[in-house]
Amino acid sequence: MIDIAGRLRLWLAPEDVHAEGRTPDYRFSLANERTFLAWLRTALALVGGGFAVDQFLPHLHRPVRVTLAVLLLVGGALCAFRAVDHWVRCERAMRRGEDLPVSRFPTLLALLVAVIALVMVLAATLGWAG
Amino acid sequence: MTSPSPPPRPARDPGLQPERTRLAWRRTTLACTVAAVLAGRAALHRGLSPGGLVALALCALAWLGFLLVTQARIAGLGTGRPSPLAGRTAVAAAACVVAFAVCGAALLA
Repeated sequence: MIDIAGRLRLWLAPEDVHAEGRTPDYRFSLANERTFLAWLRTALALVGGGFAVDQFLPHLHRPVRVTLAVLLLVGGALCAFRAVDHWVRCERAMRRGEDLPVSRFPTLLALLVAVIALVMVLAATLGWAG
Repeated sequence: MTSPSPPPRPARDPGLQPERTRLAWRRTTLACTVAAVLAGRAALHRGLSPGGLVALALCALAWLGFLLVTQARIAGLGTGRPSPLAGRTAVAAAACVVAFAVCGAALLA
């Protein structure tokens, strides 16, 4: 059961995470911070990919192009939200001495990226160009 | 009789974690710059409409915001025992990325 109220509370006041449990070794906190930044870079790469699809595939049908670009931009925004959520949950788990959270998000993201890549390959080879 | 032991020095981190974290922030700023440049290119490509200008200005603001967040965090990492990342810093950095995505969607429209 996902504790939605607790997650929302952490979202609105992420400082609260430092109020409970014991402060872990600073090196673990820094590793968690770097993981957060790696997810942010993933988000930025998806957003940049969205811009790139729109600008560097001008011969694609406009609906296909815009759909791909919007999918990438939405994926980027989701990644950024998820980066904060995962960081907060990892930080809390470390402070409480619990297991780190697991999530389905990487699988979903991989599937999204694979589908977009497949569509782009098909568009480029089968000539969905306008 | 042994001489008094020297005062304990703060343990050096052999993994250079603060430095690696600093570089991770720098890398992320670089990725942010690439996204900002692509956004600027998208806006200019379409000709400068009022909406495009607003989106471009918002992208510039998001980039500047990310730069400021990075500088503040890197200054905080300069100590021997850095404090953990503040929640509002994380939220601010992620908000800048979301702002890029929203501006991008606006530029597509």
